[in-house]
Amino acid sequence: MRVWFAQHRAAFVSAVRRLWSAPLNTLLSLLVIGIALTLPAFGYVVLDNLNEIGRNVSGVQQISLFMKIDASSKEVAEIENRLRQATTGKWRFVPKDEALKRIQDSEGMADIVASLPRNPLPDAFVVEPTNSDPEALEILRKEITGWPAVAHVQLDSAWVKRFDAFLRLATLALWMLAGIFAAGLIAVTFNTIRLQVMAQAAEIEVARMIGATDTFIRRPFYYFGALQGALGGLLAAALVVGALKLLAGPVGELMALYGASFALRLPGTAEVAALAGIGAFLGWLGAQLSVSLSLRKFD
Amino acid sequence: MIVASNLCKRYPGGYEAVKDVSFVIEAGQMLLITGHSGAGKSTLVKLIASIEVPTSGSLVVNGQNLSALRRSAIPYVRRHFGMVFQDQKLLFDRSALDNVMLPLQIAGLPRRDAIRRAQAALDKVGLLAREKANPIVLSGGEQQRLAIARAVVNRPAILLADEPTGNLDIDSADEILQIFAAFHQVGVTVVVATHDQHWIERYRPGVLRLDHGSLQ
Repeated sequence: MRVWFAQHRAAFVSAVRRLWSAPLNTLLSLLVIGIALTLPAFGYVVLDNLNEIGRNVSGVQQISLFMKIDASSKEVAEIENRLRQATTGKWRFVPKDEALKRIQDSEGMADIVASLPRNPLPDAFVVEPTNSDPEALEILRKEITGWPAVAHVQLDSAWVKRFDAFLRLATLALWMLAGIFAAGLIAVTFNTIRLQVMAQAAEIEVARMIGATDTFIRRPFYYFGALQGALGGLLAAALVVGALKLLAGPVGELMALYGASFALRLPGTAEVAALAGIGAFLGWLGAQLSVSLSLRKFD
Repeated sequence: MIVASNLCKRYPGGYEAVKDVSFVIEAGQMLLITGHSGAGKSTLVKLIASIEVPTSGSLVVNGQNLSALRRSAIPYVRRHFGMVFQDQKLLFDRSALDNVMLPLQIAGLPRRDAIRRAQAALDKVGLLAREKANPIVLSGGEQQRLAIARAVVNRPAILLADEPTGNLDIDSADEILQIFAAFHQVGVTVVVATHDQHWIERYRPGVLRLDHGSLQ
């Protein structure tokens, strides 16, 4: 075990030295990898923020439940009880008098409301479920429709479905983009490692002749690929955070125009670590492919 | 002990470098493999060191049949040998000490121990004072001595050399001869492929004479 750790340590140190020994090459490779990872990572963060905006914009992903006009307070209490049991999320009761007052307060509606012989509005509930998936909302809508004294249940499902379809399409496009750039990252690492194997052909040849195993020869290249990928991932995370910070002000102003307050969500530590991890994995994969092909000529 | 039975090596294209060669090398023996250029000396040394795989026949080293080994086991077998090449195969991107440390790194020795042993090996060949020098600044004889230090640093029981004095002047070649003789005197089996007659005149070792791949 001690030998195993010593050899891994030596391979890691060797990989760091190789990165450090050609700073310009390293910097250029990191830039290529960083930019390749930035685009899908930025897309992911934008989609995540759009999802958040979708949840925050008033009226979206809400279910409005209208009671029968003659529903009693006991029936209203029963609905409140059922909502408490059936939904996870927020809901609030809108009494018919409060609804009428809101209309009355609207410009030009006071006279019309005053002319009505009685309040024509029903008691209502506004439900905002935690699970905003369109299918889950539709199931909940159907369930609520069957409850006693419920006259009508309204879900702006068309909007929700359109928004959800857009997000799904964008997610698919993002995955495709990520796949293309992942292939690019693997290719960059493949080529870098291939050049390194060529440059170290003498060392590899000697090492094999005096008893180095394939694992011993491959290990520093794997560390190099993984390190380069991880650093590229961290660079991508820095670029994404920088871009989001630049966009935060204008996005806040835009959302204020729509009456919403919204702050762009920056990637968290776990997401930055995941990006570095993905970079490391892709770098390792590129190194694995490159070393396997390049070392064949030494057999 | 090395036992070769009906050893053959045929390269792609049909060239037969070693033909039906059988011999026994006792532990602690000094043996020379001689013959003209192209006689198969280097191929035979590479077969013994497991760098080449025989086309047929068997080669048993210390009771282990090398012909029957799995590919993954070959690197571990190579570590039993100290190998000195005619062109030294030194690495010019690192110091003399780092060159000698390479076999120890492959064996997984901790760095501190590896440095200590590599310095001891350099001392044996008279190069301790040049441990920080890049091999490129060393003379031909010094480079060959450095290659010997790398070969013996793992304390192998068998030292193999392929034309170790081939590119050296008489004085440097003599130094190399003395170093090999010193290792032989402490019990190391020394097998050298050479056409240098000094070896035979001076040490009267066992001799395998090859001609066109066959033993004479």
